[in-house]
Amino acid sequence: MKIIVLIYLLSLGIFSSLLFQNKTKKESIKAGSEIYQDFCLQCHLSSGIGVFGVFPPLKASDYLLENTNLSIAGIKYGLRGKIIVNNEEYDGIMLRQGLDNEEVADVMNYILNEWGNKTSAFITPNQVSKISKSILE
Amino acid sequence: MNYFLNFTCCVFFVTMGCAQENYPAIETPSAINYSFELVVDGIDIPWGMDFINESDLLVTELSGTLYRVSDGIKKVVLGLPEVYLRGQGGLLDVALHPEFKNNNLIYLTLASSLGDNPGGNTSLYQATLVGNNLEKVSLLYKASPNTKKGQHFGSRIAFDEKGHIYFSVGDRGNRDQNPQDISRDGGKVYRLNLDGSIPEDNPFLSSPKAKQAIFSYGHRNPQGMTVHPYTGVIWVNEHGPKGGDEINKLESGKNFGWPIITYGINYSGTPITDKTSSPKMEQPFYYWVPSIAPSGMAFSTSDVYKDWKNNLFVGSLKFEYLERLVIEGNKVVKREKILDKIGRVRNVKQGPDGYLYVGVEGKGIIKIMPL
Repeated sequence: MKIIVLIYLLSLGIFSSLLFQNKTKKESIKAGSEIYQDFCLQCHLSSGIGVFGVFPPLKASDYLLENTNLSIAGIKYGLRGKIIVNNEEYDGIMLRQGLDNEEVADVMNYILNEWGNKTSAFITPNQVSKISKSILE
Repeated sequence: MNYFLNFTCCVFFVTMGCAQENYPAIETPSAINYSFELVVDGIDIPWGMDFINESDLLVTELSGTLYRVSDGIKKVVLGLPEVYLRGQGGLLDVALHPEFKNNNLIYLTLASSLGDNPGGNTSLYQATLVGNNLEKVSLLYKASPNTKKGQHFGSRIAFDEKGHIYFSVGDRGNRDQNPQDISRDGGKVYRLNLDGSIPEDNPFLSSPKAKQAIFSYGHRNPQGMTVHPYTGVIWVNEHGPKGGDEINKLESGKNFGWPIITYGINYSGTPITDKTSSPKMEQPFYYWVPSIAPSGMAFSTSDVYKDWKNNLFVGSLKFEYLERLVIEGNKVVKREKILDKIGRVRNVKQGPDGYLYVGVEGKGIIKIMPL
């Protein structure tokens, strides 16, 4: 009987971990690093410094670090028009990359914690799902 | 000691970077002998275009809209197949059938999620343009398998004089499997008859496992393609890795080497291969160091511009200009910036009036006029 209960509990544990794939922050950052290589690096570069005046920096970027929700919206819906990053004006277009909410959360966690960037916040897919396009307007 | 090592490394890499800039160096002309005018506005990423006549053209926007611009008025063309938006993928090139005047047929390349696996891959469609609508939309080719990778969809369309259509598909972010394997899609230029059937003289018909539409392989991400006005040879340019962008002249069945040979290195600075040549692989006609991120490509064949006849024009996404390449013999002898700092140049075509039309991101379509 004990064995059956044990097996029941074990399989419950395994199933629930499969069903609710809640990543740890570390796992999310790792997944985000791969998304970054695929979708972001060509403009923002592997160093995260971007190209001055053309592609804004992510490393030590006041826009990114102080406007988490705007940054999420930019990745989720695309961003166009003027923004000011570290006192420099950028007037370009970042296309919507077609990432799902989990991928947006992962890449946000990566860029918020790479190149010396640090934040205690942990972006979740649920948080991304609640960000609407209207905050960009 | 550490400081000294760092310093030495810096000097070494900086010197290497400078020493390797490929000849001829890009020039900024001392006098500007052209002006320009925005003829279509309000298109974020004008990826592809083709001309019905001088005042009637089709323009694709990457995010999935096809426009018909008649006498400066832009209207959305309805009836597109579903477009898969992911990374660099979306609605790509558009081209009129060589007999468009008689049959109203057009071709489109776009990222599509058709098929079993999650993700998408590049497809070629044919459709009939009726006013501002597409009818009889048919799929001619769909690269497989689908992948959620965001890179390297290609794609450009070109035609030769013998009734063939060519289109490119990039390596789809899988350089180790796709470009060198002719049983797989990706990293290829394809050739079909205009109805989508396989030409009888395609190079790999006798290899049972090969994708029979393949014309050439070993490509990375070709996003410029045009036919040479005199030789009829198809020319492509392709995005290489850092320092490895190329112009290639296509030949049936040839291997252009990616990723076994390249002049480029990884974006991170690490090497990809130590080989820049191999006996069984083609050398590029030209390669750019540093990379310019080449987009569309066209020859100027008209007498509209003084001194530009038969020059090659290539858009630079990275440096935000249109590059003019003067070719003598079999060599690029001069490179010059046109429309310097105009914005990310996505495409260039010669219109039926002989003028050059340039697609610029965030602006639209620009017409270049001689002074």
